[in-house]
Amino acid sequence: MKKIIEIKNLRKDFHVGEVTVHALRGVSFEIEEGEFVAIMGSSGSGKSTMLNIIGCLDKPTAGEYLLDEINMSNMTKNELALLRNRKLGFVFQSYNLLPRTTALENVELPLLYNNTIKAKERRQLAINALESVGLADRMHHMPNQLSGGQQQRVAIARSLVNDPVVILADEATGNLDTRTSYEIMALFQELNQKGKTIVFVTHEPDIARFTSSSIIFKDGHIIHQAKSIDKLEARQILMELPVENGYE
Amino acid sequence: MNYSNLIKIAINALRRNKLRAFLTMLGIIIGVASVITMLAIGQGSKKSIQDQVSSMGSNMLFVMPGGQAMGGVQMGNSDSKSLTLEDIEAIRSQSTSVGKLSPVVRSSGQVIYGNKNAPTSIFGTNTDYLDIRKITIKSGRMFTEAEIKSAAKVCLIGKTVITNVFGENVDPTGLEIRFNSIPIKIIGVLDEKGQSTFGQDQDDLILAPFTTVQKRILAITNIQNIYASAVSEDKSPLAKTEIETILREKHKIKEGADDDFTVRSQDELIKTFSSISDILTVLLGIIAGISLLIGGIGIMNIMYVSVTERTREIGLRMSIGGRGIDILMQFLTESILLSVIGGIIGILLGIGAASGVGKMMTWPVIVMPQSVILSFLVCTVIGVFFGWYPARKAANLDPIDALRYE
Ligand SMILES: Nc1ncnc2c1ncn2[C@@H]1O[C@H](COP(=O)(O)OP(=O)(O)OP(=O)(O)O)[C@@H](O)[C@H]1O
Ligand SMILES: [Mg+2]
Repeated sequence: MKKIIEIKNLRKDFHVGEVTVHALRGVSFEIEEGEFVAIMGSSGSGKSTMLNIIGCLDKPTAGEYLLDEINMSNMTKNELALLRNRKLGFVFQSYNLLPRTTALENVELPLLYNNTIKAKERRQLAINALESVGLADRMHHMPNQLSGGQQQRVAIARSLVNDPVVILADEATGNLDTRTSYEIMALFQELNQKGKTIVFVTHEPDIARFTSSSIIFKDGHIIHQAKSIDKLEARQILMELPVENGYE
Repeated sequence: MNYSNLIKIAINALRRNKLRAFLTMLGIIIGVASVITMLAIGQGSKKSIQDQVSSMGSNMLFVMPGGQAMGGVQMGNSDSKSLTLEDIEAIRSQSTSVGKLSPVVRSSGQVIYGNKNAPTSIFGTNTDYLDIRKITIKSGRMFTEAEIKSAAKVCLIGKTVITNVFGENVDPTGLEIRFNSIPIKIIGVLDEKGQSTFGQDQDDLILAPFTTVQKRILAITNIQNIYASAVSEDKSPLAKTEIETILREKHKIKEGADDDFTVRSQDELIKTFSSISDILTVLLGIIAGISLLIGGIGIMNIMYVSVTERTREIGLRMSIGGRGIDILMQFLTESILLSVIGGIIGILLGIGAASGVGKMMTWPVIVMPQSVILSFLVCTVIGVFFGWYPARKAANLDPIDALRYE
């Protein structure tokens, strides 16, 4: 299997005035193509910091990071931006959709920063992405006309639209209720089955049960890393959940 | 990022907040509209002054006794007696560029008819005066050379005098009025000329042979002014120097001594008044320009607010691949769009307001293409200039901080 992400002895320090915070204190791991990895750990353990570095939003203080076999060490800001545009997709806890902008236009957004894609193709790709998250009928709705779960689906469609090598999600279910969280996890599992590599930060063990492996952080170290043996199917769990308010 | 994507993104961003976009543009709209209107009014008044002055006879020359007077305006009835009929004869015989010539003597006084009277002025001239001043006769006739010779008590009168002493729509030809108790017979009525640019009523006059005014009213032998016209407009400067040379010689003025007369040509007057209205235009333009500047500051202000408010949007755009330059260009495009759209609306509004003012006030207004083009360029520059700092602030944000911004 091809290695999508290779992290070697990575460190990240933050300097706040006189104090230096060691957010990552030498972590090493690999993620292979097609994996669905949960990054777990308590608050302040360095999960988001790790994800930001994987997402090329931040640079490590020391250590090596290879994304899709490209070394990130000597990349300029603009080169990192280009990589984010072509190889990465982000899903955030708070969706970060543009207000007063239709779902379709929100999904199109990453492609606007890609000159090689013409308007017609852009539209088609966005429609395809929305269809794959099951929101074909909500294309022209504004974010405030959508539920939280639907907004997060739009955000997932946006992260998919550029066909990234890896999707990065930071607490993507953090704002959602249990059922909707499971629905989102079901969607991620579906995408993963189609071959997408996904890195999913969460502090809820409950949610991590749906991933294929997990990395657990504590105080900037990896304390545990394992493949799941009892991976759950979110679809199935959803069916078993008690039906509320005549749901489905 | 290519331009069409850039403009698409900027338009989408502005569309999300239409009311604010409009309010932001308002400063520019008002600024540009006032620039256009002010300049149109300024230019219009300049043109109308030029038109009116040249309707008085664009190749007219005017000689007054005494040295240089202010701004080409004769300073009162000069008591200097330096001008004589011989001067006129000398100019007539020696000059090649002077066409028509008329002596002018003038007296103000009371005109009386029956039990009505009114203050007015009587102008004593010869027959050339009508041509020089572009005055035409409505009814009756001009006085003749014979009447000039005999200092006949005949006159032509202007509309205001008729209204004052005879009433509206009366043709007083053939009647006899008295001017300062001298009885004078009306032989003609002058066409209406209206107000001059300088606010004088050009119809409040009585025109009589200069000999009549000299002998019977003023009891003088000199003349007060000479009016002349150059044979053609472009000969006007030459005619002026000819008159000066002839009069200096006639008045025996030594080399280096000052003239005891002043010659003014109409085109000098035009220049003087044009420069006054140019100054006016510049002043109006500056005031309007300041409001444009304030409009620009308004854009900058709102762009700063907008950058702060949309910090998360900026973070998101960066996370999906927007480079610093893309973010900079987006906000710059937004501010340019705001100022240019505002500018276009302002230009249309300004043209509308200018023609509205023109119609309502019956002022002449001229919208110059230059002022339209200039306003448009200024708007673009304002957009770039005042958009630059907010846009740079946006572009320099750190994506992680921006995404985390509450
Ligand atoms: N920009 C920053 N400046 C200074 N310190 C920072 C910065 N970002 C993170 N840190 C510190 O780095 C450590 C790791 O933070 P991080 O956000 O990665 O935690 P986390 O695992 O994502 O926690 P949570 O589950 O609460 O989101 C924390 O101690 C945090 O205070
Ligand atoms: Mg976090």
